[in-house]
Amino acid sequence: MRSKTALLFAMVIALHLTLLLAGFLAPCDPAAQDRNLPYAPPTRLHFVDASGWHLRPFVYRLSAGPNGYFEDKSQSFAVHWWRGGPAYRLLGIFEIKRHLFGVDKPATIALLGTDGFGRDEFSRVLSGGQISVAAGMAATLLALAAGTIFGVLAGYYGGWADESLMCATEVFLCLPWLYFLLGVRAFLPLHLSPARTFLLLTCVIGLIGWARPARLVRGIVLSARSRNYVLAARSFGGSDFYLMRRHLFLEVFGLLLTQAALLVPRYIAAEVTLSFFGLGVNEPVASWGNMLSTLQQYSVLVSYEWLLAPAAALVVTSVIYSLLADALHSRLEFRST
Amino acid sequence: MKTITRLTLLVCLLASVCLAIDPFPEEPNPGEELERAEQVTGNYGGNLTVGGRAEPKTLNPVIATDAVSREVIGRMMADLIDINRASQETEPALAKSCKTSPDGRTFILQLRKGIRFSDGHPFDADDVVFSFAVYLDENVDSPQRDLLIIDGKPLTVTKLDQYAVRFTLPRPYAAAERLFDGLAMLPKHLLEKPYREGKFVQAWSLNAKASEIAGLGPFRLKQYVPGQRVVLERNPYYWKVDSKNERLPYLDELTFLFVGSEDAQVMRFEAGESSMITRLSSDNYNLLARERDRTHAQFADMGPGLEYNFLVFNQNDLSSKKLEAVARKQKWFRELNFRQAVSAAIDRDSIVRLVYGTRGAALWGNVGPGNKLWLNTGIPHPQRSLDSARQLLKSAGFSWNQAGQLLDASGSPVEFSIITSSSNMQRMKMATLIQDDLSHLGMQVHVVPLEFRAVIDRVFQSLDYDAAIMALGGGDADPNPEMNVWMTNGTSHLWHLHETEPATAWEREIDQLMQQQMITLDYAKRKQLYDRVQQLIAEHFPFIFLATPNILAAADPRVGNFRPAVLEPYTLWNADELYIRTPVTNAGAR
Repeated sequence: MRSKTALLFAMVIALHLTLLLAGFLAPCDPAAQDRNLPYAPPTRLHFVDASGWHLRPFVYRLSAGPNGYFEDKSQSFAVHWWRGGPAYRLLGIFEIKRHLFGVDKPATIALLGTDGFGRDEFSRVLSGGQISVAAGMAATLLALAAGTIFGVLAGYYGGWADESLMCATEVFLCLPWLYFLLGVRAFLPLHLSPARTFLLLTCVIGLIGWARPARLVRGIVLSARSRNYVLAARSFGGSDFYLMRRHLFLEVFGLLLTQAALLVPRYIAAEVTLSFFGLGVNEPVASWGNMLSTLQQYSVLVSYEWLLAPAAALVVTSVIYSLLADALHSRLEFRST
Repeated sequence: MKTITRLTLLVCLLASVCLAIDPFPEEPNPGEELERAEQVTGNYGGNLTVGGRAEPKTLNPVIATDAVSREVIGRMMADLIDINRASQETEPALAKSCKTSPDGRTFILQLRKGIRFSDGHPFDADDVVFSFAVYLDENVDSPQRDLLIIDGKPLTVTKLDQYAVRFTLPRPYAAAERLFDGLAMLPKHLLEKPYREGKFVQAWSLNAKASEIAGLGPFRLKQYVPGQRVVLERNPYYWKVDSKNERLPYLDELTFLFVGSEDAQVMRFEAGESSMITRLSSDNYNLLARERDRTHAQFADMGPGLEYNFLVFNQNDLSSKKLEAVARKQKWFRELNFRQAVSAAIDRDSIVRLVYGTRGAALWGNVGPGNKLWLNTGIPHPQRSLDSARQLLKSAGFSWNQAGQLLDASGSPVEFSIITSSSNMQRMKMATLIQDDLSHLGMQVHVVPLEFRAVIDRVFQSLDYDAAIMALGGGDADPNPEMNVWMTNGTSHLWHLHETEPATAWEREIDQLMQQQMITLDYAKRKQLYDRVQQLIAEHFPFIFLATPNILAAADPRVGNFRPAVLEPYTLWNADELYIRTPVTNAGAR
């Protein structure tokens, strides 16, 4: 049980590290268009040529012909590790030009092919993942923070505070959140910078989602506040804030972890949905949602399967988080019995 | 007794079968002055199913404004003079001849004798006079009414005899015979009563019975199933015959399926549920063409159409509106050098390649290569040049900061948004390409996809936008339908709507030229005037023209006489000549 949870935590950490280092791992600028290579298939890595095996992989330059793209085998281009390339900001702070791998011009390396503008899909999946996952995590934090505060207050004080807060949660739980989000976005100004859009999405998604964790937290606090050790602490003169911080919050911590693992993929999907409908992050900034929006076209959907990469990334991320939530839930149940 | 009952049942059964069969064409009789299509051959039978993007709103030709309604209605109705979509020239339709007076103000049309509406009622000059009375009636508010009002005065229609009508225009009007195209002749015997009772607008709604609707087109209404389809059946009295003197149309039925998006149409076509796609995007065209070996479908790439896509900056007078943010940017938009620089920075070849998959043409003017009669070939086609764009901006007082961001003379960064319809993937793609192109000039451009009606509302009503990507044209090759775009008081004078007086000298000149070409009867002189209009438009960039798509269509291999055109309706303009090579009752799976 413990090893499974640890493995899942490791996977989550690996996923987030990958996204944090997206600029370094991506060989290209995610917004850079190569208008000669629209819808180019994934670049094939070669190890064998006429002269035999090579330890260092190499690629051929893609050229467009009447029947689609073909590899121009007159010249091979070795994949170089730790090479210079377009500048990016690591962790949003340090401007760096070093990339994990790349090839010399005029060849390009597009491990997941290119989109309709010739932009590298691999670089965009990584870059888009930063936006989508960060939006999901930030919204989760916001929802859990609001949910914890309101849940603890409602559960601890009871009475009118409990009734009014729980009434509010019912209202929020009844909201058809997708339509609500679509409505909210429609009222906002025409164009917002990507940073503002991100902030706004996060706030809206997070603030709508506080109700469910609040009810769960309230339930736990309601039962914990009459436990002996809490009553003892109170009789020794512990303040309300002390009791909440020192005892009650620890009671709900496990629940919050499980909820976080459940909510992150849900809120990533919310961001993806909004961007898919053009209400989230707009071009040229990548997000998994706006990358998938191109698949609304039937011809694209059935012709360029590599453009499903953001969907695959979303599925993998959701599965990892769901398994983690399951494992955490099992551990908490095991501990409580 | 039993025998009588059986016989009665048998008769009833046979009668019901007979009623269900589509009407067979009437034998041409000597009293009818029929139009003979010399080149046309085919064979009778079959049902042609066409996928449509939406449901028609009405079957009333006088009030229909949407393209879907007009496409269906157009197959049931006929006009006096028709524009042949293949040759783009006018040709006689219900009027067998048209005599124009030397001053170009009077037209005498001789109607075909002996022809009948689809309900069998004869057609004559009374129907023509009635039809024009309806079109010109202010209370009916027909969208065609504006076309028939010249210099604020309506044309007058006089019945000369049972088969001759005189039209008098307030002043000479170039290509006046083109006015008659699309003006469906109405059956007075069916519509006079609702018209007199003031209920004309409610007549021929989608709920109307098939027997209440009659026209002179090749088909008549058979069935309307809400949300699913409109079925038209052969008009047995149609006024055209083929080369073998057999009455057209060939098809038993023409069915319009309400499918939804173009993608859904493609899927229905692939599944064999529809036999023709009226207009395809290049992506879907290429997708279907890849399966040509399996489907053996017919494909038609008719080359560039008449539609022009353009980027327009908001130069409207916003003094009465609280739109300070837009008004502040208008000092850039009104700067000719700014618009020229934007045009110079746009990579039109990439638009054609990436948006239309090379099935389109780059544009530098409002008349594209598809309109061979009116294209001004002297309009320059400068290659994309970021250097010249920078020079233009510099000469207009713009500068760049350390980060490469473009600043105006007051030091404000140049940042604006482009709105476009989110349902139109081609225009969305154009916007993204332009955004990237202009980023090389240091302009920060935001692409804002909006629902189509929201775009229209912002561009025509609220004027709350910076720039928009839109499309116009496609209806007719003649310059006259463009009057409402280029005249100062035009309803589609998009860059500056509701102008009372021309704001600039070149707009004043365009007004004069457009007025003049409208009354000039000689083609060469008109062409000269319209060439100058095109030149002025190309020099002053009220619109920044981008590209025009090719007209692409596909049909089942069994559809005969499939000859799409670059004018609307692209594929069904010759619906009377279309036939199914092997007569079948259903298109069937390919």
